[in-house]
Amino acid sequence: MRLNINGRDLEVADSVGERKLIAFLREDLDLTGAKNACDIGACGACTVLLDGEPMKICIKRVRDVAGHRMLTIEGMAAADGTLHPLQRAFVERGAIQCGFCTPGMVLVAHAFLLKNPRPTRDEIRKAINGNLCRCTGYQQIIDAIEEAAAHYRPAPEAAPAGPPSP
Amino acid sequence: MSSSGKAWRNDAHAKVTGGAKYTDDLKFARLLHAAPVYSDFVHARLVRVDTEAAARAPGVVAVLTARDVPGTNRYGQIVRDYRIFADDKVRYNGDVVAMVVAETRDSAIRAGDLVRVEAEPLAAVLDPEEALKPGSPLVHEDLGTNVVNTHRIRRGDVAEGFRQADLVVEESFRTQSVEHAYMEPEVAVGVPRPDGVIEVYGSMQHPFSTRRFVCACLGVPLSGVEVIGTPMGGGFGGKDDTAAVVCARAALAARILGRPVKMMYRRDWSVRESYKRHPYRVAYKMGVTKSGLITAVQCRIVADGGAYCSVTPWVTWRSTVQCCGPYVVDNVHCDTVGVYTNNIVAGAMRGFGSPQMNFVVEQMVEIAAQRLGIPALELRRRNMVRQGSVTITGQRLDTHKVAMGEVLEAVVRESGYEEKLARCSRGRAGGDELYGIGLAMSYRGVSLGAEGTDFCAAMITVQPDGSIILEAGVHENGQGAESAMMIIAAAELGVGVERIRYRRSSTSTIPDSGTTVASRGTIMGGGAVTAAARELKAKIAEAVCAQLQCPAGEVRFAADAALDGTGRRSVAFDEAIRQMYQTQRFPHAFGVFKAPRVTWDEHTGQGDAYFTWVYGCQAVELTVSRKTGKVRLLGAVAAHDVGRAVNREMVRGQFFGGMAMATGYALHEEIRQKDGRIQNQNLNTYRIPRAMDLPEMTAIIVENPDPQSPTGAKALGEPTNEILAPAIANAVFNATGRRELSLPIRLSAAPEEPAEEDCRL
Repeated sequence: MRLNINGRDLEVADSVGERKLIAFLREDLDLTGAKNACDIGACGACTVLLDGEPMKICIKRVRDVAGHRMLTIEGMAAADGTLHPLQRAFVERGAIQCGFCTPGMVLVAHAFLLKNPRPTRDEIRKAINGNLCRCTGYQQIIDAIEEAAAHYRPAPEAAPAGPPSP
Repeated sequence: MSSSGKAWRNDAHAKVTGGAKYTDDLKFARLLHAAPVYSDFVHARLVRVDTEAAARAPGVVAVLTARDVPGTNRYGQIVRDYRIFADDKVRYNGDVVAMVVAETRDSAIRAGDLVRVEAEPLAAVLDPEEALKPGSPLVHEDLGTNVVNTHRIRRGDVAEGFRQADLVVEESFRTQSVEHAYMEPEVAVGVPRPDGVIEVYGSMQHPFSTRRFVCACLGVPLSGVEVIGTPMGGGFGGKDDTAAVVCARAALAARILGRPVKMMYRRDWSVRESYKRHPYRVAYKMGVTKSGLITAVQCRIVADGGAYCSVTPWVTWRSTVQCCGPYVVDNVHCDTVGVYTNNIVAGAMRGFGSPQMNFVVEQMVEIAAQRLGIPALELRRRNMVRQGSVTITGQRLDTHKVAMGEVLEAVVRESGYEEKLARCSRGRAGGDELYGIGLAMSYRGVSLGAEGTDFCAAMITVQPDGSIILEAGVHENGQGAESAMMIIAAAELGVGVERIRYRRSSTSTIPDSGTTVASRGTIMGGGAVTAAARELKAKIAEAVCAQLQCPAGEVRFAADAALDGTGRRSVAFDEAIRQMYQTQRFPHAFGVFKAPRVTWDEHTGQGDAYFTWVYGCQAVELTVSRKTGKVRLLGAVAAHDVGRAVNREMVRGQFFGGMAMATGYALHEEIRQKDGRIQNQNLNTYRIPRAMDLPEMTAIIVENPDPQSPTGAKALGEPTNEILAPAIANAVFNATGRRELSLPIRLSAAPEEPAEEDCRL
């Protein structure tokens, strides 16, 4: 079956289809950004985007994503390592402490901002409500998402720091 | 950097790109996987742990039990009663009886079901008050009692104090067991090294205490185990004993089998086995005069320590020292008892005995004020500690700025407390949403105090090209300790922070500097870094003073250069270092910070308990639905004196994170046990605050640099977490007229306005 992860096509044997998706990403591909913190889809630390929609993968199999485009946190920065404006906002606004929720949080926010580049803070809260963070109280995460939103708006409104990469 | 208004962390880039490697992300060749085996018992005498069937299961390499421990199976920071594996009894439902090691984690977990535990069930004691009664089942028979420890305060004459009172208020409070709920469950990897050393990578807060656990278990000297700091997905005080035991088990398997072994916990194992915040029962009696002077306090504190000692004596000591909150009380009689039960073990959690007592005290002062008919603010201002005040343990607060009033007034002002108080719904008719504002405040002793020896080391080595390697004996728990150390070193050396690399911590490279607990990381680690930086500067000054044509004592460091007193002559930092290597001088420094002396008299509970104190105040606004009882938080304001903010955005993060965790304590969280078995073992049923549960929060950073702290910085991690629960309880009262004396606060539908209680004047 065919997978597409971070823009790259990947052919895997059908037998891999039954493998837990999070184990496949973390162990076989060494994409360890997705974390397994609850194993029941309750915390969001394992979130990836599937065709632009957040998906908690700790409860999924590899076959569930065959034929779809998957974005993991490892695919957010530019190929040369330049951070995506959303990632930069997380860094600069102090949205990161222990960092265990960060990959899922960034991806959920990315999917959200692509749809709603002019969010209110309450809308941001709602968008990240399924992703748990124990360190930050969410406030600086919300600050970061709010700040990064400008980069998701169409030009000429967009801040000069770079276009959103969908 | 911090001064530009942007956050700065050395690990942020790695964490935001998925590149940070936490313990479970590390890869090892020929790795084996271990899983713990529990029994269904809560209290039972072990007869036999039959591992034969499990050992024969597919993929299984070994099944280990207490018999396989070459060193000591029992260890602990205070009392050595914590078992690596249950050996004589099962004392709580989270006791591990065996460990399966297999080629895959799934095989290990599956085979665990095949371990048969034969045991004689014993009567369990699940209530701490019952545990204190004669004839109660004993958790540790050899002790002859279920008492873990007692503490006391005897100050003044409480009988006389109560005689002077015009009003005596007596209430009983209860707090619940709560889980740290760090996002990353416990995990450890033990790796045998060719030289015989076992390396341990793990999610643990305390590399040095972990090393002690591992070495005791293996029966090897401290040099035989190297615990390597690894990015950690949260701790909050919770990755101490249990995390250390998990490390010890992984190391044990690695040593016996000669292969790397990973033990990664499932969330349900973590919740079932790891220690929690102590549930407290507090009977509290406070005497006040008509004008609001607190004349006496008598209290009895009962802490449910669960099955093992852990740090119960230390946690309850802080509760005892801070049992009157930030108020001066001349007559105090406090008796505290930590108790063994067959419940989940209780140990360190952010706050460490203060959240429970603040929940009590900060409501007691409001209850007293309300019954006296005076504003609670007035009672607080009247009794709170001020410059030169003497605490209830006889300590004069004169070595630092006593900022209790400053933080209180800051919050009162910023939150609009007084005018909003007048708008609260209590006592008014109408409306589905009842509005309330509430406030609470605390002072807190910084670092370990008389709990233990308190000192810390740091090392700085400048490389021949002028780049700097820094290491301190504090641990990165996710809070940004490494970044804070780097910023402190850069400022002291007058160089850019980009010049500095923080060396990945290892127990084999720096002396045991204690545990990164008690909000002591910045003050102790920062003190040591400052000392090391000053020593390094002295060495560099010695090397370049001839060239600068000034005495070594006059050399200054700024803008990546050494300068003479006038600033006219300078040597670039890189050049100074190059010259040092050329002239055979090492630009290396080792710095130590020793906490100033503290004193304690066990018998009277008097002494200079902590070398400095911090002050905090928080206010919260909320509504309570009359129909459903649901509480909605509208906003919260906090002011904390942090001494000096080293990394401003990270300081704000401590405010928000601590307050968020406290809202969970107040409203959502509770470990529910049924017959000693935890019912809510995952994050779907153990509900920590989500983004929509929280209000917008305001952080007011108050800075009064502490003269005893080389950086001026004090502490913050715990103070932010210890007062929002009583503030919420006070706001609920101001909204509904209901006094909530138990945590978590659960308002049933349609809170009724009770009749205003009689003033017992």
